[in-house]
Amino acid sequence: MAEKILMKGNEAIAYGAIRCGCDGYFGYPITPQSEVMETLMVEKPWETTGMVVLQAESETSSINMLYGGACTGKKVMTSSSSPGISLMCEGLTYLAGAELPCLVVNVMRGGPGLGTIQPSQSDYFQCVKGGGHGDYHMIILAPASAQDMYDFVDEAFNLAFKYRNPAMILSDGVIGQMMEKVEMRPMKPRRTTEELLAECGSWALTGKTPDRKRNLITSLALEPHIMEAHNQKLQAKYREIEANEVRYSTYKAEDAEHLIVAYGSVYRICESVVDMAREKGIKVGILRPITLYPYPEKELDALVPQMKSILTVEMSAGQMVEDVRRIANGRVPVNFYGRFGGSIPSPEEILEALENYIK
Amino acid sequence: MDIKDIIKPENKVYGKTPLLTDAVMHYCPGCTHGVVHKIIAEVIEEMGIQDKTIGISPVGCAVLAYNYIDIDWEQSAHGRAPALATATKRLNPEKYVFTYQGDGDLASIGCGEVMHACNRGENIVIIFINNAIYGMTGGQMAPTTLLGQVTATTPYGRRADLNGYPMKITEIVAQLEGTCYVTRQSAQNPAAVRKAKKAIRKAFENSMMNKGTSFVEIVSTCNSGWKLTPVKANKWMEENMFPFYQLGDIKDR
Repeated sequence: MAEKILMKGNEAIAYGAIRCGCDGYFGYPITPQSEVMETLMVEKPWETTGMVVLQAESETSSINMLYGGACTGKKVMTSSSSPGISLMCEGLTYLAGAELPCLVVNVMRGGPGLGTIQPSQSDYFQCVKGGGHGDYHMIILAPASAQDMYDFVDEAFNLAFKYRNPAMILSDGVIGQMMEKVEMRPMKPRRTTEELLAECGSWALTGKTPDRKRNLITSLALEPHIMEAHNQKLQAKYREIEANEVRYSTYKAEDAEHLIVAYGSVYRICESVVDMAREKGIKVGILRPITLYPYPEKELDALVPQMKSILTVEMSAGQMVEDVRRIANGRVPVNFYGRFGGSIPSPEEILEALENYIK
Repeated sequence: MDIKDIIKPENKVYGKTPLLTDAVMHYCPGCTHGVVHKIIAEVIEEMGIQDKTIGISPVGCAVLAYNYIDIDWEQSAHGRAPALATATKRLNPEKYVFTYQGDGDLASIGCGEVMHACNRGENIVIIFINNAIYGMTGGQMAPTTLLGQVTATTPYGRRADLNGYPMKITEIVAQLEGTCYVTRQSAQNPAAVRKAKKAIRKAFENSMMNKGTSFVEIVSTCNSGWKLTPVKANKWMEENMFPFYQLGDIKDR
C-alpha cells in the first residue's frame, strides 16, 4: 500500500518536485503559494537528491534563472501567484521562443493589481492565451486536488521535455491551501549526466567538445524569413501538442441534458452541484478540462449536440467561457456564472444560477 | 625572397586563437568589443576550458557575441544575464560561466540582477563593457553617461538635475561581500590589452575557487555613438572617462 500523507496542495508540489527528479527550484515568496519553497527549504533536497533550491531576489530573476538552468538541459521549476506571474511574462516568452523546457506553477489569486490573496481563476487569459509578447503557447495543466498538484509536476516535466516547451500548472489558492491525502509515488532519481546528454545533448549547453558544433540558445533572429520559419516551426509543434496531449474528464455527462464546464477547484464544487441538481431531476453533467492548453476542443464539441444548454462556471468575470462559446458556436445557449476578486462560489448559488438559466 | 619563404611556422609571431570564429564581426570599425572578445577567446584557449565554458550574451551591441567565440552560448533577456548565470553555474558547478554585458544592460535595466548575483557571491565572471552610451539602439544616455555628455536623449548634454548622475556601479558591487575580485580595465592600446587579459584570466580562475563573483569592467569607446573617429574617441575616453572611471583593481581577496 503506497504511503498517503495529509498535506497542502502547495506542499504536494514540493514533494512532487523532489521525488520526480527535479534538478532545480528558483522562487520568490508570494501568498498563497509560499509553502512550496518553504517545504523545499525544510526538506533540504540538495543533501539527498542534489536538487538545487534558491530564493531569488524577484520573480523576474527566478524566471530568468529557469532560462539559465533550462539552457543546460536541467529540469528546473518555479512557483508563484498571479502578480508574480505578471512579472515572469517577459521570461516566459523568451523561454517559449528559445524552446526551453521548464515548469512554472501559478497558484492564482484575485486581481487586478495587488488584488487579494484569496483564490481566483482570473489568469486564464494571461496564461492560456499568452501573457508575454509574440505567438506562443505554454502547455497548461489545471489540477483539482492536492494529488493532482503532486502528480502534475512529473507530468508537466515530461510534456515540457517532450516538446521543448514551457509547461505550467495553473492552480488556485483553494487547491494550494487545501489539505488532502496525497499518495507518494515511487521516487524517480535525477537524470545522470549520460541520461541528460542522451535526451538533450543535441541542443543543451553541456560544453562544446571537439565532436560537435557549439550549441546556442537564443530567441533572436534578425532576418524576417528566419524568424518566420522559426514561428512556423513553433506553430507546427503547437498543432502536434493539440493533436496528442489533450487531457480532460467528465462527470455524469453520458445522459446529461445540461453541461457544466469548469476546471480546478470550481470543478470540485460543481461535482456537488451536479449531485444536488440530479436529486431535483435535472440531468446535469460536467466536462472538466485538465489541459487548458491544449483545450479539449473535440471532446466539448462532441458533447454539445446532446445538450439543451451549457453553463461555464469560473472564479473570474468570464474568461474560459469565450472558448466554450467559440466551440459551441451558437448551437446551444452558453451561460456563465462567475465569482471573482477572491470570492468562491457555493454549490447552492451555482445550482440557483443553473436553474434560473434553464427554467 | 618569395613570400612562401616568409610564411613558415618558425617565423610566426602571432596567431588568431582558433576559438575566435571566422564570422565577420558586426561591430563598428574602432569598437573595442572585438578586442575584448579576442582576449576572452585567448584566455579560454590558454586555460584549455573550451568544453567547460558557457557564455551568456546580453541585449545590446554584444547580443551576437555568440557568433564570434566558439563555445556554448545562451542569449539573455535585457539585463537578466546574471540571473541566467546564477542557475547555469549552480546546476553545473564544473563549468566556467561568464556574462558579457554593456552599461545599459548591466547598470540600468539589469541593475537588480547584477547586484543580487554579486551579493550572493555566485562563482561566475561578469565582463562589463562601459562606453557610457547605448550603442545598439542609436546612442542614447546610459547610467554611466558623463555629466555634460551629448547623447541622442541628452542632446544638450547630461544634466544632473534632469538625468541624475553617472553611476559607478563597479564601486558599488565592490562593496558587496559576495564579490572577490573587482577591477576596472581598458583595451585601447597593447599595454592596456595585456592588463585586461591578465584581469580576465584571473577572474576565470577565481570562478573555480569558491571565492565569489569576479567583476571586470572594461572602459570602452563607442566612436559611432560618440560621433568621433576611433583615434579621437580613444583620446576622449582617456581625457574624460579615465578621470571619473579610474582604472585599476578596486577589490582583490
